[in-house]
Amino acid sequence: MKLSGLEPLVLNENSNFINVGERTNVAGSRKFLRLIKEEKYDEALDIARHQVDGGAQIIDINFDDGLIDGKEAMIRFLNLIAAEPDICRVPIMIDSSKWEIIEAGLQVVQGKCVVNSISLKEGKEKFVQEAKLIKRYGAAVIVMAFDEVGQADNYERRIEISKRSYDILVDEVGFPSEDIIFDLNIFPVATGMEEHRRNAIDFIEATRWVRENLPNVSVSGGVSNVSFSFRGNDGVREAMHSVFLYYAIQAGMNMGIVNPALLEVYDDIPKDLLEHVEDVILDRRDDATERLLDFAETVKGSKTEKGVDLTWRENPLQDRITHALVKGIDAFIIEDIEQARQEAEKPIDVIEGHLMIGMNVVGDLFGAGKMFLPQVVKSARVMKKAVAYLNPFIEAEKTDKQEPVGKILMATVKGDVHDIGKNIVSVVLACNNYEIVDMGVMVPPEKIIETAISERVDAIGLSGLITPSLDEMVYLAKEMQRQNFKLPLLIGGATTSKAHTAVKIDTQYNNAVVHVNDASRAVTVVGDLLNKKTSHEYVAKMKADYDDFRTKFLKRGKEKSYISIEEARKRKYKIDWETSEIVKPNELGIQMLKQISLKDLVPFIDWSPFFRSWDLHGKYPDILTDEVVGEQATIMYNEAQEMIKEIIAKQSLKAKAVFGLFEANSINDDDISIQKKGEEIAVFRTLRQQLKKREGIPNHALADFIAPKESGKTDYMGAFCVGIFGAQELADSYRAKDDDYNGIMAQAIADRFAEAFAEYLHKQIRTKHWGYAANEDLSNDDLIKESYKGIRPAPGYPACPDHLEKETIWELLDVEKIIGVTLTESLAMWPAAAVSGYYFGNPEAKYFGLGKITDDQVTDYCERKGITKEKARKWLHANIAE
Amino acid sequence: MSRIHQALKERILVLDGAMGTMLQAYKFTEEDFRGERFKDYPTPLQGNNDLLSITQPEAIKTIHAKYFEAGADIVETNTFSGTTIAMADYQMEDLVYELNYESAKIAKEVADKFTAKEPHKPRFVAGSIGPTNRTASMSPDVNDPGYRAVTFDELRIAYKQQVEALMDGGADLLLVETVFDTLNAKAALFAIEEVKEERNIDIPIMLSGTITDASGRTLSGQTAEAFLISVSHIPLLSIGFNCALGANLLQPHLEAIANKTDFAISAHPNAGLPNAFGEYDETPEEMGEQIEEYLKKNLINIIGGCCGTSPEHISVIAKLAAKYKPRRHAELVSASH
Repeated sequence: MKLSGLEPLVLNENSNFINVGERTNVAGSRKFLRLIKEEKYDEALDIARHQVDGGAQIIDINFDDGLIDGKEAMIRFLNLIAAEPDICRVPIMIDSSKWEIIEAGLQVVQGKCVVNSISLKEGKEKFVQEAKLIKRYGAAVIVMAFDEVGQADNYERRIEISKRSYDILVDEVGFPSEDIIFDLNIFPVATGMEEHRRNAIDFIEATRWVRENLPNVSVSGGVSNVSFSFRGNDGVREAMHSVFLYYAIQAGMNMGIVNPALLEVYDDIPKDLLEHVEDVILDRRDDATERLLDFAETVKGSKTEKGVDLTWRENPLQDRITHALVKGIDAFIIEDIEQARQEAEKPIDVIEGHLMIGMNVVGDLFGAGKMFLPQVVKSARVMKKAVAYLNPFIEAEKTDKQEPVGKILMATVKGDVHDIGKNIVSVVLACNNYEIVDMGVMVPPEKIIETAISERVDAIGLSGLITPSLDEMVYLAKEMQRQNFKLPLLIGGATTSKAHTAVKIDTQYNNAVVHVNDASRAVTVVGDLLNKKTSHEYVAKMKADYDDFRTKFLKRGKEKSYISIEEARKRKYKIDWETSEIVKPNELGIQMLKQISLKDLVPFIDWSPFFRSWDLHGKYPDILTDEVVGEQATIMYNEAQEMIKEIIAKQSLKAKAVFGLFEANSINDDDISIQKKGEEIAVFRTLRQQLKKREGIPNHALADFIAPKESGKTDYMGAFCVGIFGAQELADSYRAKDDDYNGIMAQAIADRFAEAFAEYLHKQIRTKHWGYAANEDLSNDDLIKESYKGIRPAPGYPACPDHLEKETIWELLDVEKIIGVTLTESLAMWPAAAVSGYYFGNPEAKYFGLGKITDDQVTDYCERKGITKEKARKWLHANIAE
Repeated sequence: MSRIHQALKERILVLDGAMGTMLQAYKFTEEDFRGERFKDYPTPLQGNNDLLSITQPEAIKTIHAKYFEAGADIVETNTFSGTTIAMADYQMEDLVYELNYESAKIAKEVADKFTAKEPHKPRFVAGSIGPTNRTASMSPDVNDPGYRAVTFDELRIAYKQQVEALMDGGADLLLVETVFDTLNAKAALFAIEEVKEERNIDIPIMLSGTITDASGRTLSGQTAEAFLISVSHIPLLSIGFNCALGANLLQPHLEAIANKTDFAISAHPNAGLPNAFGEYDETPEEMGEQIEEYLKKNLINIIGGCCGTSPEHISVIAKLAAKYKPRRHAELVSASH
């Protein structure tokens, strides 16, 4: 039998037992029934999703209930399921006793379903008519062992009805025999009634007969019926289900409705219990039922619920508030704050008193390294919630608002879109009672200046992740000097460094410039800068420190020596193109990928950088058991998993990719000509290392990994861009609820997905689209260690630091049009969770860092690329040796 | 065994290329589309290519003839949008029967002429049944995923009317093509089965899906194999893929279904992927090179072209197809149960 949802489900002789999920059946699940009655379809969908996640290979859907409009519910629910790829990847079983509901279901499902069920109960004519239509709709069918006389309840009747049904279906209707499934009625045993004794064994034996005598059919049934008389004793029921299935499957039952939570492993059933249960199922003794009943008294299906420890709720008020802040628990904060407000003279006292006492504890623990950044951000969430609750009362009292200790402007500079770090610093400062003016991302310098003046801020914090942002920071420092600013300037972000700050920014501005790259330092630095008594001294000390650092740094830089670009080209990395194997891609040209499920990307996630973004240092998975940060890392990891589940379920993030594989040759040493049918369609410019190296050590450029035109061989390379869409909206939705913690978490996860997608796609390229490593079998760990063949360097990163090359990729792949990832004026990608780069397939290709280059290569590069020297210097300055 | 079943056993059959691309060359104006008959029609009609079967029948016949000359065994009727659902855009629902009937009739006329000239190579007319412009298993409204712009029954009724007209006009077989939503295709198949039963006749059915991107799935999210399983309840003449991708990128998807079905396999890919201007620029030779890969791998029984292909493309493809043996598949089912 072959069935389909979005994906195929093929049953053959070698298939394992097919498990049908039944929680989306109003007769099988009270919760589902309630949700449908209350029209809570979202939650009803969660039940379906949970079943599929839990391993159900088909989901049974039934709305037969007197108080539900079954037809309407069936159509609505199936339509909603069709929009959930995680659910509708499996085939649907449309379950109803009413033909009208079954047909409505068949009309809204694209895949090949199973109809549950039809029978000869109301005569042959109706049976034939329904079977004909089911065949025309393209579904398989469950046939109940039921006829005009009644339900089959012994061996002979089961055989009689199934044989007759089979003959009618196959010979008269032309129904494909492999699409017939018999439900031979599973009835309870051990009921105490003599006529029920053979219920299980008759089913098992009838199953054997059907599978041997009616070619190609399947046999199914609802297993939990068999143990009906032991309701309340899960221990015995689990054993009964296992024993029943053990024998029924041997007899040929190949699918059924089984609750996996109520199933014991056959081999794990205690010997004595097993014997008693088998006696009943197989009807081996006259007193089997009595013996099992007696024995059942000793079997306990005890399940202990792990409760939440709420003893802290009994402590005094202040302790509870402090506990909530330290632990980041917001469940009770409103009720505690309300109590505090009633006890306090003024609502503002609650903030200055209870909450500040609590936050001071948080601050102390954080300072002592006993709390970690993510915990502090959670504390801030509780704090925000409390303050939001108090604000209306404070307003009503019309007292003056509490003066914050300072006002800080925070912005990600023009052209840059990355703001995870900035958001973390903002939150940490806000917890410490600073007022934050967060200007967001891509903020032009004149806006920053204007706002700093109009808002009368006390300090400015700038953030950026890509290298062009460094220039923006320098520019802003110059402007602040020109306009005679006195405010301290804080510099942060992944691309910034103490060296750059000391050499390039500090020299432009007479007042304080401080590089702050971790959030935990931000509080003390800002505190020192804004403290009126000591700030003068502190600024002088910082200036001196940076001056000293600068002198040392520049001296060190001078010690390196460089060779000319011509010399460097002579020392290029040489691949023997006569022997080097060039693999022609299976699929040349440009393709897109918009229907990837985030679920497929999860295994490719590299978690270590996720922890780094939260200032938790260590390598995944070791970090989870780390002595210092392990506990916190584990909490974060679990929360990230939860959020990922939700993101996948709600599809709140969307992954899209465009990639292309092309003919290519290196030309003029350092350029790569991209061709289509021998005609040049683009040229990538690469940069070459110029650092003087020991004899025999080559000066790399990426072009070295592509066969030169002169070799006469056609080589290949690729380019790609992946993007994760929706992170901003998702983060904003959390922030709108004062939940910065989850806002930052959402962005960090989107970043991980983007990297995971790049890794996933690279694997697809290697094994499928290009196919040069069709048989590779690498674990995720190997992928993170980059043990695969070929590389995927990205413009803006060490091997090819020139961001301008992104423009070439964008043109070549038409990235913006095809998937909608755009480039800002600083050539950052938007959405921020995006990765772009090249593919090199040669086994000798490897990652390297360009290092510094000298003026001769810059001049040469300008000529090749057709840009002005000024433009080249602007984009390459970080790599130009002074 | 019908003539087409016989022909399919003997050789690889060649389907025609694009109709729309050929019509573009005529640069028909609004007046040309209207002709005398629809001079005063209330809606703009330019772009309603199906209408040209009535207002510019000579052009349609010429294009069919060019494809037959190029070596095609089967041409498709000019009826891709010939349902009440797709014609609603032009308020021409009432014209649907006539459009399909006339389109089939003129295609059959041309086919019969060629068959008479070359009796050893009979020519066939496939009634083209497009996907309509609505999807039965996806919501057009992102805020209401449970909403549907069209129901199975609406599709079934519309398709039934198209099928009856195509058969009345003389179509030898039916081609349900460019299937981006399997549920739409199932409605078309349901309608065809109804007509077959009511008239007590059989007509071969070709079914061709569309894989939208490198994920290897249809627009409605099914994998190639799931798509195959979902439509295999009807005895088809052939199953395959067309449109969206060029020959090169289509190959893995054909391979994904070829060894999983007893039906014949068809493909009519685009002339590559569209360039930045939305034009298809794969030359006949380039496309032929890719198609030859299918033939070498013995993947194909019916081969033709979709968007961007011309008689020149079909000519190259026909010459190549003649050099190779068709894919072996189970004895074709010629009558439904």
